[in-house]
Amino acid sequence: MDMTTAAGLWLAVILSGLYHGLNPGMGWPLAVSSALFERRRAALWPALGALSAGHFAAMLGILLPFSMMTLLIDYEREIRLGAGIIVIGMGVFLAITRRHPRFLARIPPHRLALWSFLVALAHGAALMLVPIYLGLCAIEELDAGHRAASALMATTALALGVAVLHTAAMMGSGGAMAYATHRWLGLQFLSRSWFDLELVWTLSLIVVGGLGLWMAL
Amino acid sequence: MNLRPDPTFHPSPKMAMEAPVETLAFTLMLSPDGTKPDGLAVVDVDPKSDSYGQIVHELYVPNLGDEFHHFGWNACSSSLSPLTGHAFLERRYLIIPGIRSSRIYIIDVKDPRDAKIHKIIEPEELMAKTGYSRPHTIHCGPEGIYVSTLGGGGADGTDGPPGIFIMDCQTFEIQGRYEMDRGIQDKHYDFWWNLPRDYMVSSEWGLPPQFENGVVPEDLLSNKYGHTIHFWDLRARKVVKSLDLGENHQMALEIRPAHDPVKEYGFCGVVVDTTNLQGAIFTWWRDEAGEWQAKKTITIDPVPADADDLPELLKGFGAVPPLVTDIDLSLDDKYLYVACWGLGEMHQYDVSDPMNPVLAGKVEIGGIVAKHKHPNGEDFGYGPQMVEISRDGKRVYWTNSLYSTWDDQFYPGDRGAAMVMAHVGENGGLTLDKKFWTKFPEGYRSHQIRLEGGDCSTDSFCYPSV
Repeated sequence: MDMTTAAGLWLAVILSGLYHGLNPGMGWPLAVSSALFERRRAALWPALGALSAGHFAAMLGILLPFSMMTLLIDYEREIRLGAGIIVIGMGVFLAITRRHPRFLARIPPHRLALWSFLVALAHGAALMLVPIYLGLCAIEELDAGHRAASALMATTALALGVAVLHTAAMMGSGGAMAYATHRWLGLQFLSRSWFDLELVWTLSLIVVGGLGLWMAL
Repeated sequence: MNLRPDPTFHPSPKMAMEAPVETLAFTLMLSPDGTKPDGLAVVDVDPKSDSYGQIVHELYVPNLGDEFHHFGWNACSSSLSPLTGHAFLERRYLIIPGIRSSRIYIIDVKDPRDAKIHKIIEPEELMAKTGYSRPHTIHCGPEGIYVSTLGGGGADGTDGPPGIFIMDCQTFEIQGRYEMDRGIQDKHYDFWWNLPRDYMVSSEWGLPPQFENGVVPEDLLSNKYGHTIHFWDLRARKVVKSLDLGENHQMALEIRPAHDPVKEYGFCGVVVDTTNLQGAIFTWWRDEAGEWQAKKTITIDPVPADADDLPELLKGFGAVPPLVTDIDLSLDDKYLYVACWGLGEMHQYDVSDPMNPVLAGKVEIGGIVAKHKHPNGEDFGYGPQMVEISRDGKRVYWTNSLYSTWDDQFYPGDRGAAMVMAHVGENGGLTLDKKFWTKFPEGYRSHQIRLEGGDCSTDSFCYPSV
């Protein structure tokens, strides 16, 4: 049972990464733009690298505090419930406001990593991973009571693993979109493939948060 | 909001050129003496239509004395950069400021033949939130809608410098001033930018007392109108360089950057050189060292005239100055159109080499002395003024009024509103369309034109044209 749940959760880590990568709003068109500006396809990769680095940092920024908290084994259930509620709350907030924070538009276009970092935080992309991550922590059945140090290492390693896998999936799908657009599809693909995922996005947050709650109960 | 990007948003200028052509134009109508409300005319520009060239809908506002001048869209192709975060806006609202009243109208043109007022922002609100007055140029960009103003606070608009303010692109709430460090900028007119390269360029006309009641000859002859262009770090909102074009280059007005964001140059039109009455175009560019430069690349000579044929203001000079009042650049960055409002000429320059423009075509119509008729035999009052180019670069539209009080000084008497169109030849050249002649209601003058789905002075592109 736990094996299947674990596999499901790891799959969720990958799928959410693919999903974030495919969304033009998370940045792959900027890599295409960069390659067009420099008139060489290889310029896709540094731009994608910067976008991924920012996304990765945002994942860690959100996951690491939770990895510390998982040590409070007595409150494990409360933490998972709290995280689920926060993620649902973020989804509801974004669904109601439907706004892109204006400060993101003030980041200079060449600071792609910073932009990617902030956009992942502002849109709850990083938060979406928390219930999945906590689910994985619970399955690891960390006996934190008397082996605090190694437990911390284990949860930190798990957070890193989740962030790496998620970001790799994101870079893979976003990179594939950017490459295909630059190589074959052309810029018209950009306007054709861009759908307003805002509502789907907020619903995904609510669903992930809900699943987190359900698993904790 | 759309679920897909608006079909009139295009990643690159090249793709905008390939999009379906315009079938409607929007033209501002102003009542020069403020006795009637200003309005928006929707003009049929579809050659297959029975009402080709005619006004098919008129919308009048509920106030007097606004003086409509320039206007723009709530959203444009700049939305297609993920950096702006608003890819799903509709190109649906026209933002029309009253340059004299400082009132701003938001007009819903989702159904252009039934255009309606969506919102009115009163001058008091603009003043309270920004300290600016006399709103002018509209551009949509990363932080929403940017609006330049020509006046500061106080009754005559000289209390503090004019500048740019930002308006929310969905709610049309005024957010506040744009500038964080304006440097020496103390006058304002036009602005435009290159979004991926993160710079903005702004220009100067004069302060409200210098234009509201007509041109002030003493100020002009003592070179007190604007002659400096300012280069900004767009997102940091600060001036990085103010470039003086020379004080004799009075009224540096329209800023036209190359549309392809790869290019780091553009043009600026100068109304009159007070040393010789020439009109001029400056090319500005960023050099290899990253420094902003500008150089005069086009001059247009005045034409000698008999004092009896000249208005009071020009009698002493014995010549008609070209008066370069508006310029516009085609989306392929190939042709720059220059309106010589005094001479009655529309020039077309091939600017493929921006440092060496070549005159490629010319239309003579109107003019202070020349008074060229339209090929359909009608009189064209005033001269060619606000010019707009179709996205595909094949049609050029223009109207004839400059600004109510200035019209009266250079062209005394009421000469009627006009809007005409010229075809661009395969290899340049410009020919007026005999059949395109828009009739405007009595007592109105015509100013800026906007074309359905965007035109050559509305959209900012975030991807190169390769």
